[in-house]
Amino acid sequence: MSTWCLLAAILLAALSGLGALSAKTRSGAFGKTSCGMQLLAAVLGTLSAIAVLGGGPTGSVRVPLSPLLPALTFGLDALSAVFLLPVCFLCGCASVFDLGYWHPAASAHGARARSFLGLLFASLMALLAAQDGIAFLVAWELMALAAFFLVTTEHHEPEVRTAGWIYLTATHAGTLCLIAFFCSWEALSGGSALVPLAPGGPAGGAGAVPSRDVLFVLALIGFGLKAGVVPLHFWLPPAHANAPSHVSAVMSGVLIKMGVYGIVRTAWMLPGPPLWWGVAVLAIGAVSTTVGVAFAIGQHDLKRLLAYHSIENIGIIFLGLGTALLGRTTGNLELQALGLGGALLHVWNHGLFKGLLFLTAGASIHACATRELDQLGGLAHKMPVTAACFLLGAIAICGLPPLNGFVSELLTYLGLFHALAAEPRVAAAAAVAIPALAVAGAMALLCFVKVFGVVYLGAPRSEAATRAHEAGPAMKAPMFALGGACLLIGLAPALALPALQPAVADWVGATTAPRLDALLPCAWISAIGLALLGAIAVSWTWLHRRRDRRQDAVGTWDCGCARPSPAMQYTASSFAQQFVDNSSLLLWPRTHLPATGALFPGRTSFHSHVPDLVLDRVLVPTLRGLAIGCNWLRGLQRGRVQLYLLYVFLTLLCLLLFT
Amino acid sequence: MSVHSSISLLLVLLLPPLLLGVVNKTKAAFGGRNGPPLLQPYYDLRKLLGKGMVLSSATTGVFLAGPVVTLAATLAAALLVPLGHHAAVIAFPGDMILFAYLLALGRFFTAAAALDTGSPFEGMGASREVTFAWLAEPALFLGFVALARMSGSYSLSGMLADPAVAPIHHMGPMVLIVAGWFIVLLAENCRIPFDDPNTHLELTMIHEVMVLDHSGPALGVIVYGASVKLFLFTALVLGALLPFSANAWTDWLLFVASAIGTAVLLGIVESTMARLRLLHVPKLLVSGSLLTAFAIVFQLHR
Repeated sequence: MSTWCLLAAILLAALSGLGALSAKTRSGAFGKTSCGMQLLAAVLGTLSAIAVLGGGPTGSVRVPLSPLLPALTFGLDALSAVFLLPVCFLCGCASVFDLGYWHPAASAHGARARSFLGLLFASLMALLAAQDGIAFLVAWELMALAAFFLVTTEHHEPEVRTAGWIYLTATHAGTLCLIAFFCSWEALSGGSALVPLAPGGPAGGAGAVPSRDVLFVLALIGFGLKAGVVPLHFWLPPAHANAPSHVSAVMSGVLIKMGVYGIVRTAWMLPGPPLWWGVAVLAIGAVSTTVGVAFAIGQHDLKRLLAYHSIENIGIIFLGLGTALLGRTTGNLELQALGLGGALLHVWNHGLFKGLLFLTAGASIHACATRELDQLGGLAHKMPVTAACFLLGAIAICGLPPLNGFVSELLTYLGLFHALAAEPRVAAAAAVAIPALAVAGAMALLCFVKVFGVVYLGAPRSEAATRAHEAGPAMKAPMFALGGACLLIGLAPALALPALQPAVADWVGATTAPRLDALLPCAWISAIGLALLGAIAVSWTWLHRRRDRRQDAVGTWDCGCARPSPAMQYTASSFAQQFVDNSSLLLWPRTHLPATGALFPGRTSFHSHVPDLVLDRVLVPTLRGLAIGCNWLRGLQRGRVQLYLLYVFLTLLCLLLFT
Repeated sequence: MSVHSSISLLLVLLLPPLLLGVVNKTKAAFGGRNGPPLLQPYYDLRKLLGKGMVLSSATTGVFLAGPVVTLAATLAAALLVPLGHHAAVIAFPGDMILFAYLLALGRFFTAAAALDTGSPFEGMGASREVTFAWLAEPALFLGFVALARMSGSYSLSGMLADPAVAPIHHMGPMVLIVAGWFIVLLAENCRIPFDDPNTHLELTMIHEVMVLDHSGPALGVIVYGASVKLFLFTALVLGALLPFSANAWTDWLLFVASAIGTAVLLGIVESTMARLRLLHVPKLLVSGSLLTAFAIVFQLHR
């Protein structure tokens, strides 16, 4: 039943964009109907996930798509249902946000974004429902392409097209690894179903059986590219920065999580991991989380900065996952439950607060028409609701109590602390991972104090920022939904943990998987969180009443400077300067200092920029060199069909002769 | 609530300003002055809470949330810290993480309130505060890691107030943790050699410059919150340092006496050392982290 419900949701979401083919997309009716269809799909999808997590039947359905392919199997299990919930919630929110996002002049873009959003939503659901390799790959490719068209929505900008091409290349490189992965999986398991290997060992077809290590490495590269772990993250910042904001929210919130889903599923399918798997995942997590946030601090483009934070949070998820894998190797059930529970809850939480941050950032960018941090400022006066929502998201992403980010980080921390009691090698890995997580948290705080302070507080730094206006109701409603969910999970984690329990129990595989709500001190977290909020509310009101109303027109104390101007405020780059200087070995910032040689220097300017370590420093120069080196090969490409047919004929002949 | 929890609560609420008084008195003694009375910080707080308050027109609600959230979070964190060898009022697995993150919540709002004024000086202070904090964080957490491995406990009370992990049994690592955490104490509470709480030159300040625009009751809340934070870090360091005594009551006496002793030590440090140049601050913080990292190396090969 739940599977049919999900298939209906997939169909509904996929068809929601068809109206864009008609010429009447400007009327607004298309937007509303299609939004309605996507919301209905989100509700249906959520219902089917809840049914599965509530212990309902997990039947699968075989769909014969084409006589050439074997029938594709779709169904839901607890693991995919956990990922399905944020997909439905976030896609629903993005769909509503879209109604208010486009200026009437850009309605063609709006129609395009809306229809591909539906397709992306459908493919995400199909991916989670896929229960065999072929179905998975088909959905994976659909998802990648839908996301490509969404990233390039505003394709008249050259920057957007570049971001789109980088994304397309990266995602196809990942798909290649995944094709190899699923082929090896069939050879290893003797079937294409994505379920754990039988404990008796591989059923094994004829021929050589690939080793599990090869499968795991293929999965790490293929899924890691989608998840955006360092150093495979290079496509992520430009793609997230240049997509429309609600698309960035979906991409950062749930699309990159499909990589996490793939790795969680792979780890589930291959029981008995060696120690190095867990250590490798922990190391990737520790590097991603610290490097991701360090690069975020150096950015001055609001959405690029948020994109680097996605890398950080994927790192945190990997830390949880690595802990769970270590637990699997050592047979420690608590370690597995805490690590996986932390990773899965962080998948939810990151979807919620990053979705919230991208939507609020989108509303601010919408209002000021710039993504440059140093052009903004003082927006809290003009758009207080958006500012409050951004603040909520900022606190959550820093992992601070009493919001949801803290709960999942606490689970991950607890898992890592439990690992300290294990054998020295495991303990040493955990002893490195814990400070990495702590440092990343403190750096995230630096970054979000900077963003919140520079964008929303102080005085406006540009003409555009003075003209900002509050977001409309269609944009506010999804912010409230996401913010409310952040608050709810943060204050009442006991409500969220039981929903993860079936997935954790499946993954751990033991009959008596430890209960997450027993491992985490939920009652104390709720009590302290509520007490904190209450105390803050009461004392803030008390303090607010004590202000001297006669003095209300006084400005900030200017330390004797007679005419302070908004341009004298600390900017985003000056706020981060000390950090960037201290970590220049890693960040390698580019600065263009002002020329002040003469006695009376003229107008001059200062720029600083932190380019991406992998894309701008390694990939682009290497590939450019490769392209020049391969110039001589161009002779083969004449653009004549006859010539290509000849190539095909010759290749076939060679293959026939030499095999 | 037991007698000992009540004593903990009373100490947390009432003792902190006294530490500031002791520090000032010690510095006065080194300077050959009489100095303000020992209870002067209490008088100051009463005066500040009774005053009016000026709010800059550039600010929003975040400006007042700064002091309020910081104090609330610090007091909540205080419930988790064992004083001497008495278990904290609240203890559960993972409370050391909550402790560190509650203090971080306070830092977030203090820095955000500073940026709310739009003043370049306060922006400078906020930037320095959060930049130094990320360097101090690993020392704190590495200390937790070493103590967790030592005690097998995942709670501050289990790590610091449990007779089985008395410093006497683990001399080497404990000395390293105390040294590392003392550096964190100095940095987190903006004492010399990181920051001078008495300086009047905005360009060189960290913490004091962030609160330039707060006045009256808001400033009082900030000063009180800062003293509670100093007290908490003192309690952490003492927890790793104090030997066990048999009697619970002599234990309280010992704790209060050594807290005051720590304040005297702070006064001595501030009277005999100069402030570090800002560029050298990160180096000292990194050495603090490395000290606690060595404590773990001791523990890994037991």
